[in-house]
Amino acid sequence: MYMQIREELKKRILVIDGAMGTMIQRHKLTEADYRGDRFKDWHSDVKGNNDLLCITQPDIIVGIHKEYLSAGADIIETNTFSSTTIAMADYDMQSLAYELNVAAAKCAKEAIRQFMAENPGTPPKFVAGAIGPLNKTLSLSPDVNNPGFRAVTFDEVAAAYYEQIGGLVDGGVDIILIETIFDTLNAKGAIYATKKYFRDKGIPELPIMISGTITDASGRTLSGQTLEAFYTSVMHANPLSIGLNCALGAAEMRSHIEELSQIAACYTSAYPNAGLPNAMGEYDEQPHETAHFIEEWAEQGFVNIVGGCCGTTPDHIKHIADNVRKIQPRQLPVLEATI
Amino acid sequence: MTIIKPYLRLAGLEPLVVRPETNFINVGERTNVTGSKKFARLIKENKYEEALSVARQQVESGAQVLDVNMDDALLEGVSAMTTFLNLLQSEPDIARIPIMIDSSKFEIIEAGLKCVQGKCIVNSISMKEGEAKFIEQAHICRAYGAAVIVMAFDEVGQADTKARKVEICHRAYKILEEQVGFDPQDIIFDPNIFAVATGIEEHNNYAVDFIEATREIKKLMPLTKVSGGVSNVSFSFRGNDHVREAIHSVFLFHAIKAGMDMGIVNAGQLVVYDEIEPTLRQLCEDVLLNKNNDNNEATEKLIVHAETVKAKGKVEVKDEKWRNEPVEKRLAHSLINGITEYIDADTEEARQKYPRPLDVIEGPLMDGMNIVGDLFGAGKMFLPQVVKSARVMKKSVAILTPYIEKEKEDRKNAHIAAGTTNEETAGAAKILLATVKGDVHDIGKNIVGVVLGCNGYDIVDLGVMVPADKILEAAQRENVDIIGLSGLITPSLDEMVHIAKEMKRRNMKQPLLIGGATTSRMHTAVKIAPEYDLGVVHVLDASRSVTVAGSLLNKELKQPFLGELTSEYTKLKFDFDNKKVVKQYLPYQEALQNKVSINWDNYQPVAPSFTGVKVLDNYDLNELRTFIDWKPFFITWEMHGNFPEILTDNVVGAEATKLYNDANALLDKIVSEKWLTAKGVIGFWEATAENDSVTVQSEKGTVQLEFHRQQIKKAAGQPNLSLADFIRPIGASGSSATVKDYMGAFAVSIHGIEPHLERFEAAHDDYNKIMLQALADRFAEAFAEVLHLRTRKEFWGYDANEQLSPEELIKEQYTGIRPAPGYPACPDHTEKYKLFDLLSAQDNAGISLTESLAMYPASSVCGWYFSHPQSQYFGIGKIQRDQLEDYARRKSMDILTAERWLSPILE
Repeated sequence: MYMQIREELKKRILVIDGAMGTMIQRHKLTEADYRGDRFKDWHSDVKGNNDLLCITQPDIIVGIHKEYLSAGADIIETNTFSSTTIAMADYDMQSLAYELNVAAAKCAKEAIRQFMAENPGTPPKFVAGAIGPLNKTLSLSPDVNNPGFRAVTFDEVAAAYYEQIGGLVDGGVDIILIETIFDTLNAKGAIYATKKYFRDKGIPELPIMISGTITDASGRTLSGQTLEAFYTSVMHANPLSIGLNCALGAAEMRSHIEELSQIAACYTSAYPNAGLPNAMGEYDEQPHETAHFIEEWAEQGFVNIVGGCCGTTPDHIKHIADNVRKIQPRQLPVLEATI
Repeated sequence: MTIIKPYLRLAGLEPLVVRPETNFINVGERTNVTGSKKFARLIKENKYEEALSVARQQVESGAQVLDVNMDDALLEGVSAMTTFLNLLQSEPDIARIPIMIDSSKFEIIEAGLKCVQGKCIVNSISMKEGEAKFIEQAHICRAYGAAVIVMAFDEVGQADTKARKVEICHRAYKILEEQVGFDPQDIIFDPNIFAVATGIEEHNNYAVDFIEATREIKKLMPLTKVSGGVSNVSFSFRGNDHVREAIHSVFLFHAIKAGMDMGIVNAGQLVVYDEIEPTLRQLCEDVLLNKNNDNNEATEKLIVHAETVKAKGKVEVKDEKWRNEPVEKRLAHSLINGITEYIDADTEEARQKYPRPLDVIEGPLMDGMNIVGDLFGAGKMFLPQVVKSARVMKKSVAILTPYIEKEKEDRKNAHIAAGTTNEETAGAAKILLATVKGDVHDIGKNIVGVVLGCNGYDIVDLGVMVPADKILEAAQRENVDIIGLSGLITPSLDEMVHIAKEMKRRNMKQPLLIGGATTSRMHTAVKIAPEYDLGVVHVLDASRSVTVAGSLLNKELKQPFLGELTSEYTKLKFDFDNKKVVKQYLPYQEALQNKVSINWDNYQPVAPSFTGVKVLDNYDLNELRTFIDWKPFFITWEMHGNFPEILTDNVVGAEATKLYNDANALLDKIVSEKWLTAKGVIGFWEATAENDSVTVQSEKGTVQLEFHRQQIKKAAGQPNLSLADFIRPIGASGSSATVKDYMGAFAVSIHGIEPHLERFEAAHDDYNKIMLQALADRFAEAFAEVLHLRTRKEFWGYDANEQLSPEELIKEQYTGIRPAPGYPACPDHTEKYKLFDLLSAQDNAGISLTESLAMYPASSVCGWYFSHPQSQYFGIGKIQRDQLEDYARRKSMDILTAERWLSPILE
């Protein structure tokens, strides 16, 4: 699979799927729907725990994956943004972390199985196991009066990610995707856990995709790094791709993805939000608008993998996929052996 | 098409790319507790916020990478590193640059890597402990995405020749690239910069070895980088910054040309190569490049030249204008500047000018000394200067005394002739000073005497080993105003309590001052003050003694001062009494089960080259001199800081340098005129352990040594340490039942000081008297250090390949320990009897023991040798009743005696 995805990346620009949360919202699920049978007596509310749906409403999740596959996505992300012991603590569901990841990977695999059966002969599709940024950060103190304080330790972060990766791999993902990184040290925890996992298990490493988040106009991550510093700090993952997602719309992300395409030794990815949220917190950039921006990046040779983040829908992905289909992918830079 | 070059890329909040056109990279070195006194102090005092300012200043003065090091025995390195780096991350102006995480302990390095989001440099890893460990550590560094500094150090030792440096670096490179998957550009070599011009011929080529190794490394492995700690190279010229800076510049000039990329240097202190005075530059080149250096010729020339450069700095065109001032001003000038040259003539001139000789003392001399006291109080003069002032004062008083006596005699005769009574009253307040019974240390007491003397008090100094009744009788007879007690070893604390009780019984009125290294405010408050109601004051150092005496002797100040002190001590005692319940202790039997875990099956003890004792008489003082640890010397003079940094310290640097030069001048004399002799004895014997007893097979028969064990409840996995754990236990399992383990002991002493002290006393020269005592102490410690070194490498030989720099020696980075009976790891002083017996130390080293088990001569050191690699220094802490009883039983000591000797470790 590792070689297969590399072969595909040489040939074309790959498309990654769009928002999961936006699609789940459309189902207008109730607390009872979230709980399903198994958690009907759970001691806290679980509505909003979208990752839980992989266990309680797998058909809905498989259905959403299939919509994205039909729209032209080559890579679909597991519904596991918060499936770690640390993030699941909000629902007191720490003990489910591993199971959630296995279930989510299986939903994605099942969607591909069904899609391939219905559409024989389409190019290969891949499952990326999505690893989110956590709700606690390693470089920032939550207490303004005590800047040296940390709500979580590196070891705790690495352990949480290690368990998540175990679930994703056991569930059968093809790629490890560390995404929406606003604190590089959390991402280093995820990289550390990934490397350790594969070394401990003695199995070949899966390809790693890394996607950071530039949060504002300063062009830095939330933890203060410039884009190049961020890239330098995660290079040791030897990633398949490095890229950006979330926080910005395509218009605001352009200069950063341009810079990244110049410095990255590996493939690049970009999946922006559907513009910036409006006053109601909703995204209203239309599919053809998003696709238009991304088409231009592709023409400039900035990108190898494109897609959407918050507010994007299968319709956005379809437009993006259609617009970049004919465009040559970014060429990998020449890595010189001498200074 | 985009091209990406294999540059070393680092990152803080911003990236740092090391390109060929990048100039030499300065690594900021002040955020290092081993290198910066200020930083170390701030960290130790938990002033992390302030410590950030040191980091900020480094960034502002151009550091491109920040070296952070928390290696200090007194620090919990992991938590200090974590706390500091976490705080640093919230300072964007500092966190901007990449961090170099610097530690000799890998656990501290890993803790640091867990705090930094950017790409760091690890400083350092090596093959010192074999390939397996090296590979494991390299994997971990890589998992955190750090570049690594690899020290040219392998199983055999630290590389000194070019060939060894290149060979080790190349071997490490292959392992990192092929087995760990390191990118070559992420590998930085430190091929070891060693000191040149040490006088040892083999060291002459060290700089050339580094430079040529660098050239070869860069040729062989062009993507790697080369780094190093530059200041090591000039270590022989410590104290002479002018020459050191020139050496650094010349060294870097050549090393950078050969390919050196970065280094830990104080960038602010580098001179420009072209601006070095040509003669000096040429001499530096010869020494560094080992040219024209047969028979150390170049070295000698640079040393000679260095002296003239140093002297040039000192000349300052001797300003003799003050000699034209009136005699009062001249006396004051001599006092303040410690000049004895003109004091005889000036005193005589003043004596003739004033009606009575006493007027000279009470007039110009006291005026001068008041200025000295004010300057000292304001921190503008330092202790060594004050002692020099006192020397001038004493010399002057000595000239006047016969005239004063004659005058008194004349008046007395006049009274007798006239049939009237002499109504002269006592003059200045009197302070009695004594080192208590059983204790022989008096440097600190002498300094207090001098300082108080300078402030106009009459000092009655009873000397050392003074019994309580003698002190108290003298106090009553002389009608003194204050009694001051000094002590250095722990049994002296009990003696002080005893004296306090006696003062109460005798209804004495004088306040009691407590001072000396082993005393503390806490002990004074808890144990001594409750025994005597009329004022017990702990005095931290000589400078405080002046204000304390001043307050106690002022009618208006005395009661408020003592009142405040009493409430402070009461609170301390209250806190102490209430705190001690918090600690949890294990039953002794349980503590015994929690030994240091040592796999004796896998350990082959090294047999010493002999068993029995070996006497080292008349040891070469020249050799000992090179092993002197100067830091405690400066502390004796109340100058706190690391050596040699203290010599260039902004505040005390100039005075520290003078003191250091004076000390070296005296050392020259001591050595060449053989004032002192060093006597030592060492011994090794077969030993087996059983619980906390160690049985030693000496040529005189079997001796059983008794040790204590920590009893405080430890964190999970932490042992309750006892020194006995480091000796192979009797009946250790497995095939190795016949394996023999060993233990050693040493005692060293410096003899012959008395006639010289007497001579200085007769010359009223406290400055040189204290200096000589302090140096004798340093010689004794240096002797202990040398014997320990030779024991490791030669006499016992368990670490024959050890190669440590003098700094590393001082930091105790060697294998094995030499704890002394009466100190934290084995706090029972009475075990010294056994040590002395085993070594026949009285005959072989000329040391005798007082009833408090202090050693005489005072400049003596003794201790045990342990060689096991896991052996370490530690403190026993407090022990419980059950251990006390067991110990007393093992020693066949009655429980009360045991309690008395062990009182410092009992609750």
